[in-house]
Amino acid sequence: MDLFVFLALLQDGITTGAIYLLLAIGLLIVFSVTRVIFVPQGDLLAFGTLTAGALQSGQLPGTLWLLDAVSAMALVASLSGGRRVALRGVLIWGVYPLAVTAAALILAPRQMPAVSILLALAIVTPMGPLIWRFAFRPVADASVLALLIVAMALHFVLIGLGLVFFGPEEATAPALTDGSFDLGVVNVSGQSLAVLLCCATLVLGLRWFFGATIHGKVLRAAASDRLGARLVGIDAAASGALAFGLASFIAALAGVLIGAVTPLSYDAGFDIGLKGFVAAIMGGLISYPMAAGGALLVGVLESLGSFWASAYREVIVFTLLIPILVWLSLRSGSPEDRA
Amino acid sequence: MTAERKRWLVVAVAIGGIVLIPAWLPEFYVTLFGYVGLATLVALGLVLLTGVSGQTSFGQASFVGLAAYATTLLTKLAHSPPIVGLAVGLAVTGTTAWLLGLVTARLSGHFLALVSVAWGISFYALFGTLPLLHGFNGIGDIPPLRIGPLFAESRRVNLGVIWGAVAIVMAMSASLLDSRMGRAIRTLNGARLIADSVGIDTARLSRAVFVIAALYAGIAGFLFAHFQRFISPTPFSLGASIDYLFMVIIGGVGSLWGAPVGAALVVVLRDQFNDWIPRITGRAGDFEALVFSVVVILLLQRAPEGLLPLLARLPRRHSPQGELTPDVVDAAPPLAEPANATAPGVELLALESISRNFGGLAANRDVSFAVHANEIVALIGPNGAGKTTLFNIVSGVLSPSAGHIRLFGAPADHLPSRRVAALGIARTFQHVKLLPDRSVLENIALGTHLSGRAGLLRAMLRLDRAEEAGLLAEARAQAVRVGFGETLDVPAGDLPLGQQRVVEVARALCLRPRLLLLDEPAAGLRLAEKQRLAALLRQLRAEGMGVLLVEHDMDFVMQLADRVVVMDFGQKIAEGPPERVQSDPAVQEAYLGGVA
Repeated sequence: MDLFVFLALLQDGITTGAIYLLLAIGLLIVFSVTRVIFVPQGDLLAFGTLTAGALQSGQLPGTLWLLDAVSAMALVASLSGGRRVALRGVLIWGVYPLAVTAAALILAPRQMPAVSILLALAIVTPMGPLIWRFAFRPVADASVLALLIVAMALHFVLIGLGLVFFGPEEATAPALTDGSFDLGVVNVSGQSLAVLLCCATLVLGLRWFFGATIHGKVLRAAASDRLGARLVGIDAAASGALAFGLASFIAALAGVLIGAVTPLSYDAGFDIGLKGFVAAIMGGLISYPMAAGGALLVGVLESLGSFWASAYREVIVFTLLIPILVWLSLRSGSPEDRA
Repeated sequence: MTAERKRWLVVAVAIGGIVLIPAWLPEFYVTLFGYVGLATLVALGLVLLTGVSGQTSFGQASFVGLAAYATTLLTKLAHSPPIVGLAVGLAVTGTTAWLLGLVTARLSGHFLALVSVAWGISFYALFGTLPLLHGFNGIGDIPPLRIGPLFAESRRVNLGVIWGAVAIVMAMSASLLDSRMGRAIRTLNGARLIADSVGIDTARLSRAVFVIAALYAGIAGFLFAHFQRFISPTPFSLGASIDYLFMVIIGGVGSLWGAPVGAALVVVLRDQFNDWIPRITGRAGDFEALVFSVVVILLLQRAPEGLLPLLARLPRRHSPQGELTPDVVDAAPPLAEPANATAPGVELLALESISRNFGGLAANRDVSFAVHANEIVALIGPNGAGKTTLFNIVSGVLSPSAGHIRLFGAPADHLPSRRVAALGIARTFQHVKLLPDRSVLENIALGTHLSGRAGLLRAMLRLDRAEEAGLLAEARAQAVRVGFGETLDVPAGDLPLGQQRVVEVARALCLRPRLLLLDEPAAGLRLAEKQRLAALLRQLRAEGMGVLLVEHDMDFVMQLADRVVVMDFGQKIAEGPPERVQSDPAVQEAYLGGVA
């Protein structure tokens, strides 16, 4: 391998690593607030790519009708609540999906890249809170394992729906830019740079959100002590919905970013999501900076691995978990209770 | 009919069924029920793992695959007899599971589950890429099993062998759950404090259960390879692993019967779906996975126990006794007295300048005192004085930030709870900790764990019956000793709080402790019950036991204790006989906020 190839692989690895980082952040937010290991996040990523791809080719994606249908269920459920709940339900689950549907009907035929991307984000982001509402909230107090099994089952539900909506073919999302420039010996693609820029913006944005806004502080409180947060009047259901909303927004964004580089099919999200996991596990499901380092490492290793031993690429990435877990085991003082 | 004859009848019916049913079944169902049987084997392991011990694996199919490929390589390429393939296959799956368990042993339960996803994918990728395994083309013409002169080439014979294996594995699993080790495994599911307090090695035991589940999957893999006679990576994918888990959830994780019920439902329904869905929708696809997943989510929300309890309305059995009826148990010889009986008045426990900090908060500062044989020492103090922290340090749940502990004259700093229990120190908990669904007798018998020696294998082969009878006799004896009047067969969770405390004391006494640690034993007890408890503690003191108790009930403490240690703000402020402590101005100030 010469320097040129190495640098090209490195660029590739860092780009995918940035995507894994986004997913790891989403997983960490959801896990720390709700204890759910959000396996279907990767499937929402694929939804992001495929929705943007469908819109860009002038079609209305099945995910739009899914959003309308499940929103209607949420609307009906919220109507039985108090007046404030009902009013908010009508706004979020009635007005919002109608507006998105109308926008899609009018704008999809124009096939404008920026519009397709924004619409895809608008369609996929609400799916996180809806998933929380119908799959996890009814069992919010169950064990981590029970929640994990629900998450696994949801993964199958989403890929089943993905196959119905998009068929087995791969699709690409519209690129933000198709330019490129030379940096020394390497040709840096504009999209790679855009991915990194988006990633950095999002990380800084989340930092601000968690540090400076009341919603961010509420989430941090809910994450550090669930019972304590509940006792001071923090609505566990609302903070769960917010965490899932952030995660699905992140997934959708990651989907439209990576989808412009790599074509994805309906079932490709799971593997990508799992690599986000590997990164998150490196952070022990607790630490954001460690997860960031882990994500870049996974991306680069995968990229180099695909050059040397492409057949064993997955094996290399997942076997990497073992030494990390040994290290985590040795670091943790005592076995935790499995309650 | 005696229990013995009943058991033989069940065995005879099972054998008859296994021999006759395959002979009568239409060809189509022979194949289908073969798959049900193989899936049942894997699911049985998952019931033990998920339902009983509270761990989960999303990688069981890869264990099936490991054993299947092992026996295939050996019998087809090396021409070994299948028995060698079975042995090597089980060795490989068992060792792999043991190593994976070792890696995640000290992390919380969901790490094992997550790692299982990763290895599920890794093994699947390996099966598909290793040149030796012929990738997705698979390997065919695997030699059939031979039983004596009989070649098991017919699917009907295979079906009999599969269900014979299911029957044996099921009987062994039932025996395991109905034993000392079975009781211990139940504590893994969110009751680790109990496990530690009675000396169960939880890390090793969780790993052992994980290995057992992997071995069951390995048996299924061996049978699969020789009956299918063709293997490829597809049936060992992550999706297949998750299918097994779904079977267990649909059938019911709480009972061994959930495994065959869930396996049958999923395998048969999936077969039907494959027939019907393309006819309805006009296209092929993963629709049955979608339907099953929605069913699983709804079940976990509405009926986490699975379908079996709904289908069968089974009366739940709480007695662990099996054929060990009370008269058999009572006739069992009592356990031998521990050899390390204590000399009167000797020092049992000594704390030297113990401090414990939680971040910036000092819960204990420089606390020293001792407990001797034939002595009841009470630890009192206002709420937040640091009594429970100190109690947890003595019992090994917490380790001190500074200072030294001596147990029975030997240094014992940083000993884990389990080792403290093994030294002869038993404890109860401030908030009662029992297995609420299990019988009172079973809960008390947990305390006898260290008295028994029969391991997992002996329990599975039912070679532990004499010892088990002795352990249950001990549990009954301790129940009588603490004056437990109610029947021992009711679920412990159904008892009133006071009675639950008494059950905890009986469990602690089963350890034959030299030092007994009681955390607020009188809380929630009625007056008569308190008097009975006081009488019991006096009797134990007379027998040579040392007792350290934390208690808020001053009447109870003052009439009982030989010595009282008073704590406030983490420090010892007084120590001495009850009368003297009561008149101590520092103590009065701590309790009454200053004396006028």
